[in-house]
Amino acid sequence: MSTLTDPTSTGASPGPAAPTGEVVTLVSRKTPVVLGVLTVGLALILLFQPESGETTLRLARETDFFQLPDLTLPTMPTAWALTIVCALLTGESVRRYLAKKRTPMWLVAIYAIAWMTGFLVWAAVGETLPVVGLLAGSLALAVPLVFGALGGVLGERAGVVNIAIDGQLLFGAFAAAVVSSMTGSPWPGLLAASIAGALVALILGLFAISYFVDQIIVGVVLNVLVIGITSFLFSQVLAPNAADLNTSARFKVVPIPVLGDIPLIGPILFRQTPVVYVLYIAVAVVTFALYRTRWGLRVRAVGEHPMAADTVGIKVNRTRYRTILIAGAVAGLGGAFYTLVSVPQFNREMTGGAGYIALAAVIFGKWDPIRATLAALLFGFASNLQGVLSVIGSPVPSQFMLMLPYVVTIFAVAGLVGRSRPPAADGVPYRPQ
Amino acid sequence: MKLELRGITKRFGSLVANDRISLTVEPGEIHALLGENGAGKSTLMNVLYGLYRADEGEILLDDEVQHFTGPGDAMAAGIGMVHQHFMLIPVFSVAENVMLGNESTGFAGTLDLDASRARVTEISERFGFHVDPDALVEDLPVGVQQRVEIIKALSRDAELLVFDEPTAVLTPQETDELMEIMRQLREAGKAIVFITHKLREVRAVADKITVIRLGKVVGEAEPTASNAELAAMMVGRPVELVVHKDPPKLGEEVFAVKDLRVVNATGHVQVDGITFSIRAGEVLAVAGVQGNGQTELTEAILGLQEHVTGSVRLDGKELLGRSVRQVLDAGVGFIPEDRQEDGLVGNMTIAENLMLNRSFAPPFVRRGSLQIDKLRAFAEEKLQQYDVRARDIDTACGNLSGGNQQKVVVARELSRDLRLLVAAQPTRGVDVGSIEFIHKQVVATRDSGVPVLVVSTELDEVVALADRIMVLYRGRVVGIVPGDTPREQLGLMMTGERPKDLEGDVA
Repeated sequence: MSTLTDPTSTGASPGPAAPTGEVVTLVSRKTPVVLGVLTVGLALILLFQPESGETTLRLARETDFFQLPDLTLPTMPTAWALTIVCALLTGESVRRYLAKKRTPMWLVAIYAIAWMTGFLVWAAVGETLPVVGLLAGSLALAVPLVFGALGGVLGERAGVVNIAIDGQLLFGAFAAAVVSSMTGSPWPGLLAASIAGALVALILGLFAISYFVDQIIVGVVLNVLVIGITSFLFSQVLAPNAADLNTSARFKVVPIPVLGDIPLIGPILFRQTPVVYVLYIAVAVVTFALYRTRWGLRVRAVGEHPMAADTVGIKVNRTRYRTILIAGAVAGLGGAFYTLVSVPQFNREMTGGAGYIALAAVIFGKWDPIRATLAALLFGFASNLQGVLSVIGSPVPSQFMLMLPYVVTIFAVAGLVGRSRPPAADGVPYRPQ
Repeated sequence: MKLELRGITKRFGSLVANDRISLTVEPGEIHALLGENGAGKSTLMNVLYGLYRADEGEILLDDEVQHFTGPGDAMAAGIGMVHQHFMLIPVFSVAENVMLGNESTGFAGTLDLDASRARVTEISERFGFHVDPDALVEDLPVGVQQRVEIIKALSRDAELLVFDEPTAVLTPQETDELMEIMRQLREAGKAIVFITHKLREVRAVADKITVIRLGKVVGEAEPTASNAELAAMMVGRPVELVVHKDPPKLGEEVFAVKDLRVVNATGHVQVDGITFSIRAGEVLAVAGVQGNGQTELTEAILGLQEHVTGSVRLDGKELLGRSVRQVLDAGVGFIPEDRQEDGLVGNMTIAENLMLNRSFAPPFVRRGSLQIDKLRAFAEEKLQQYDVRARDIDTACGNLSGGNQQKVVVARELSRDLRLLVAAQPTRGVDVGSIEFIHKQVVATRDSGVPVLVVSTELDEVVALADRIMVLYRGRVVGIVPGDTPREQLGLMMTGERPKDLEGDVA
């Protein structure tokens, strides 16, 4: 497919993108191949591990206001039917590839839902699969990832690669545990987590912005440093005084009236802890600020073309410092999830590399806060799936399921992400003359 | 607004970029700053614009001493700058670029894009710019991007406008339009500083000319001065403005390109169906404004482009589909358009850079180890032969001046037995002395019976070297014409207009 734009429309000489004004769609065969491999994989599972019986999908919790009835499906016919849907969608993707067209996003989305449902119906044979619990849990598990990804998006939009997300999460978790233990309330802990994240970001900024040190190296070193410091303090200070310093007050689930009673959606989105509600606000505020405010315009300018920003009187490095501090504060909030929601105490290395997955979400989300949030939710879903399946006792070995979030990350970043363009000055320090 | 610079001195380490420069620009006057690349013109303007801090001297606006700590201060004082490399953010719209740093906002810092759109439209209409405030800058032609830069300055009520080498990227027609814009701005009472090294433009538009050489003011001239007089002032000695060459001794048709089509990684068609051939002993010069497919054309010949169809034949053998190394081994010499990006490794020595295109086989490599002695002897010889001004062959190329860097590239590429020479922008950013030298080398290569493809955006260079001229516009050939075609016609062709009585090959 090629589109020909009116050659006279752009003035006397051509734009830098296409001298001829003609654009051809270059299609990669990545998407049809990935879809095909996954379809064959699902078919092979069904072929060699057939299960007889029925699968029940529970669409509501006992406490819900509206009780949707459970959905009981014959396992194999349903799974095969969904496999065929996957095969048809793959066929459509191949057809589009041959016709030199791209596979649209909606096709991939439908495919993902069909494949996942097919797999779950098979994996949960003879059991009841709590759909609401699965999705609500996914959201909860995605909380640190989303905060981390927002922190990553902010930093990189300003031109500072925020590899230190993991350190910001971990230090945030640590600070939240200590402060909420001391005060007996989760809210000061949340604030402390934010400050702790900003502190890590300040060190990153110091080296990356002021001293032009390679940002990747500083970021990784900071992550290791935070692991070292928190582990040391944990064993020397927290463990001996666990009752005073490491027994955090947790957030409780606060259902939102009315919204929380909507069937299906209500229990998933609006029966969560306050941290999740803070998350909604954070996503909205970051998106709005980045695209609609003076601050955001300047942040993006500094990340794209710092010299141009400088020539219109914007203080590049001051803007970068301010942004990276906010980024750290946002990521730090995510750390609070571990000690104020998940478990009531701090443990060594309790983020388990979530910061790196958040970083993957930034790239998968093409440096856009909304897309990065969706990517983080996907990774959260993968994490929770593993937990749910091992609880209901599926035929998949639990060790395999532990890999799932990371496998999904690799597939997502390597296989399905299209051509994405990072901010032009991402990771490039700016030296004013 | 009247500008006065008094004794401005700026040093970078031991290098004195500006040496006690004094200058006065009156309102309603176009003041040209003429000098070679590296003479210190841009440094001076960056001092004026607050990007550099002067070591000595002062800046006065309307007789008041200014102390700029950054571009923000300079802008607030009424100085606007149209930079050589546009200071625009490609992924932003025109309105966003114009408002950046000077945003009008509503509640809670929300952007008032409508105000900026109105401002762009208003200025655009006043000067007849035809700029769409919502277009993304990266989609705009270079000439229009430049107008966005001008709008940006005007929207901040600039009274003094600095144009830094504004015509480098423009077609002759766009250049004429820019001159007209500058005259309009002068009528509106603005003071204008026009930095350039192009004599023709200076004489066309300037009211006053100050010539700078090696960081010093060497004199003032009137616009009535001749090209030769201005060139001599600029370079410091009489300059040969024409290249002496004999009529070509044409041989066989050795190099032929047919229906070449190049698509870049994002699917944009950069070169569309180019067909031409070059005979032994002939220079075919490609004329056209930057960004009309020249880069992709040369890279496709070298094998550096991915999505290429058509045919490129040298001595009857197909080059397309071969690796870059195989193409080089077929006898292709390549002077890339950006020597610092593609031509040299800045941190490596002159000697090392001289062997980059033959790192696989004798004479400089035997059984995987470097033949240091041979390389050194070779490098010493080339240093002499090509008049590279450097301390010794162990000097890092990054420390050389542009002209000397380019001579190293030329020396490397010409010191093999060539079957074809591709020279892209061979003298861009090079001093006049080195230009003369490099042009002589190109002509000598042609006289030795090698077909030569020269790509240049400088019409002067095209006219000086070409036996035939191929004009590219939007990735297509407008026409292939004889080397003595009048400039006016070439200029028209560079805008895509194909003269009816066109002689020569039809593409």
